[in-house]
Amino acid sequence: MDPMAEIRLTFFQECEEQLAALENGLLAMQEGETDSETVNAVFRAVHSIKGGAGAFKLDALVSFAHVFETALDKVRSGSLAPDADAMKLFLRAADALADLVAASRDGAVEDASPYVAIEEEFNALIGGGPAEEEDEFAGMDFQPIVTAFDEPAPARNRYAIRFRPLRELYAKANEPLALLRELARLGTLESQCDIKNLPFLDTFEPEDSYLSWELQLDTDASLAAVKEVFDFVEGDCDLAIAAQPPAEQAAPVPQEMDITAILRKVREEAPAIAAAAAAAAPAQPEAEAAPKARAVVQPTIRVDLDRVDRLINLVGELVINQAMLTQRVLHSSHVRDREVTSSLEELERLTREIQESVMAIRAQPVRPLFQRMSRIVREVADATAKDVRLRTEGEATEVDKTVVELLADPLTHMIRNAVDHGLESPEQRTAAGKPPEGTVRLAAAHRSGRVIIEVSDDGQGINRPRVLQKAIANGLVPPDAQLSDSEIDNLLFLPGFSTASSVSNISGRGVGMDVVKRSIQALGGRISISSAPGQGSTFTLSLPLTLAVLDGIVVTVDEQVFVIPLTAIVETVKHEPSRIHHLGDHSFVLRVRDVLVPLVDVGAELGVRAPASDLRSGVAILIETANGTRSALLVDNIQDQRQVVIKSLETNYMRVDGIAAATILGDGRVAMILDVDALVGPRHHDWAQAEIPLAKAS
Amino acid sequence: MIEKSARELTREAEFVAFRAGGLEFCINIMSVREIRGWTPATAIPRAPSYIRGVINLRGVVLPIVDLGVRLGLPGTEPTARHVIIVAQVGERAAGLLVDSVSDILSVEDTSIQPTPDVASQLARMFVRGVIAMDGRMISVITMDNVLPAGIELEAA
Repeated sequence: MDPMAEIRLTFFQECEEQLAALENGLLAMQEGETDSETVNAVFRAVHSIKGGAGAFKLDALVSFAHVFETALDKVRSGSLAPDADAMKLFLRAADALADLVAASRDGAVEDASPYVAIEEEFNALIGGGPAEEEDEFAGMDFQPIVTAFDEPAPARNRYAIRFRPLRELYAKANEPLALLRELARLGTLESQCDIKNLPFLDTFEPEDSYLSWELQLDTDASLAAVKEVFDFVEGDCDLAIAAQPPAEQAAPVPQEMDITAILRKVREEAPAIAAAAAAAAPAQPEAEAAPKARAVVQPTIRVDLDRVDRLINLVGELVINQAMLTQRVLHSSHVRDREVTSSLEELERLTREIQESVMAIRAQPVRPLFQRMSRIVREVADATAKDVRLRTEGEATEVDKTVVELLADPLTHMIRNAVDHGLESPEQRTAAGKPPEGTVRLAAAHRSGRVIIEVSDDGQGINRPRVLQKAIANGLVPPDAQLSDSEIDNLLFLPGFSTASSVSNISGRGVGMDVVKRSIQALGGRISISSAPGQGSTFTLSLPLTLAVLDGIVVTVDEQVFVIPLTAIVETVKHEPSRIHHLGDHSFVLRVRDVLVPLVDVGAELGVRAPASDLRSGVAILIETANGTRSALLVDNIQDQRQVVIKSLETNYMRVDGIAAATILGDGRVAMILDVDALVGPRHHDWAQAEIPLAKAS
Repeated sequence: MIEKSARELTREAEFVAFRAGGLEFCINIMSVREIRGWTPATAIPRAPSYIRGVINLRGVVLPIVDLGVRLGLPGTEPTARHVIIVAQVGERAAGLLVDSVSDILSVEDTSIQPTPDVASQLARMFVRGVIAMDGRMISVITMDNVLPAGIELEAA
């Protein structure tokens, strides 16, 4: 990658961070935290984006950020109150800024009108007129540079150029040096910097322009080409270009910039500067705030994700190998050395620790994901004319990066649904005795080795009669079906189900909750729903912390080895034939402490062996599915409990119903990891049989 | 794709020839990643009959297709003498269980004849053409349809 592209990439990466900081700050301000620290953080974020954008000549981005920044500066100086309307505009502007950054990254900004509209709103907000040019450019240090490019070449044209940048030029983040370099590319450039306007340091205004240049350019290029160089700074500088006959090679001898004189000046003025700086200090709060904020941030490095993944794969191999080694050594009869055993245990502990540390590299807080959701809420709320507040909890919860990334789409859809379908209009809410502003809650937490993400709203709840009616109309349920509330709720997850009577342009994008459910399942996660009429609905996602390993128990069924994820297991049940009740049609229930749970014969379910008419042998494992229902799985034997590395079956094969993934056991052979929810899932209800052909056809 | 067209420009390609279900087949050497001996596979529940299961190929879970069964020929009862040809199928890899690998053929493109019309619909899914050589008739296998069609459906 060429260095410029690399720097550009870094800039956009940093933009992402700045945008996150911006949104964070704005949300905090919306919550009433309008202290100078917060406002400054917001200001700095926009300012940094503007500064970087200038360097890459992303003019649309610069000008938008500039207007945004000006408005924020008014807030900072106290001349603009960050009331609710202003905050809404700021948040929308932050969204627009994110779009603009994305558009600039991917190429040209195609349609500037939405940005212009917001710019105009800003101008209206800060009291008319386009933004004043009173920029804060404290972060940018300007160095006058004398450029001399000596490249003797006989050229046809000679131009004398007088170039005096105005302060606006710097304010728009243009850089004279870049222009001079551009000129030098056209031919031979002699430049002379005029520093006679440079004031003493006590009157030196860091953001003013004091330098001008006298340039002699010998070039083959036309006058138009030379003028083109200054296209972007037109109006922001005094420029005079005069063509001269090339014969006159006797250019005026450049005056040397007298560095010693400047240094002497500096030395004389030094005490005065110190005093001035002390006086100026309170006036520049962001200069102080910056290092303070930075001090908290831990040092980080950017690492190519491929490298991390390679490391993770290698560690995965290491874990398998360690398990194989242990198994071989312990099973070979002649070695029963206590030292060998303890060394192997130590090796296992170390391997596990390495693995956990490596996994932690990929762990990321869900905060950026949640922040994206706050934007979705705003957009949908605007489009549906609802008043919505998003409350987030547990943003610091860390999950595997891939999980975070793959969650974005399903979560977006659930949030849209919550605002569009879940929440009522302000009028309906008021009529129902609720506050007009609806709340959508997005919470993340770690719970027993998994990540639980909840999306809940305080809206109307699921309209069960309508859901049932719809399901019957769509032929998903027979008309005489007697369904429990939770069964009705779960109808939402069936393919081809949509409650909106007319397809709205917000939720109805051809994606139903079935797709959400499928993407969550693809992540090894589970989704469940609970709802109370008039009080709202809660969708709960339970996701693995990582997609790489899981703890499971190794079982055998008809000499085949399977792994059951430990997270699903409640207990193993002592097998007594007297506790099994036959319900006919190869259905059995198991009595566990006077509670009857369905007993699923894993072998028959997976087609490993024919359904048995009695289940006299084996071990029953009591499991709990994501939505809290319990079932028992019947297997032949339990072999072991261990951590296994998850290997995708889909990489080279395809998804198999009832199988979550594959793994490689200590003997080097592949074993299937059971998808417990699918095994005991609603396929056992007759009314849901329709789901199977539908799912296959999709 | 680029490799393929470059090969076609030279109009000569190399094929790995093998026997499966008593017949001779070959596949383009560019899609062969490695050839290894048979190792017992783990059955996949609910898989079509021609999927023997999956094996661990250096940490990768690799499905094994019994090519004979896939082509409607008698199934293979694998022994240690049987061979797995690890082939690339688009983005995926699959192992082909075959009886034995016979040789590597250098074949000019022009000597590959179109699949005869008498071939069954099933054979037409996998056979791109036939090579007649030294009294042998060798079918050129394309890997596109060897894995279950469900893969494409799931991906779509």
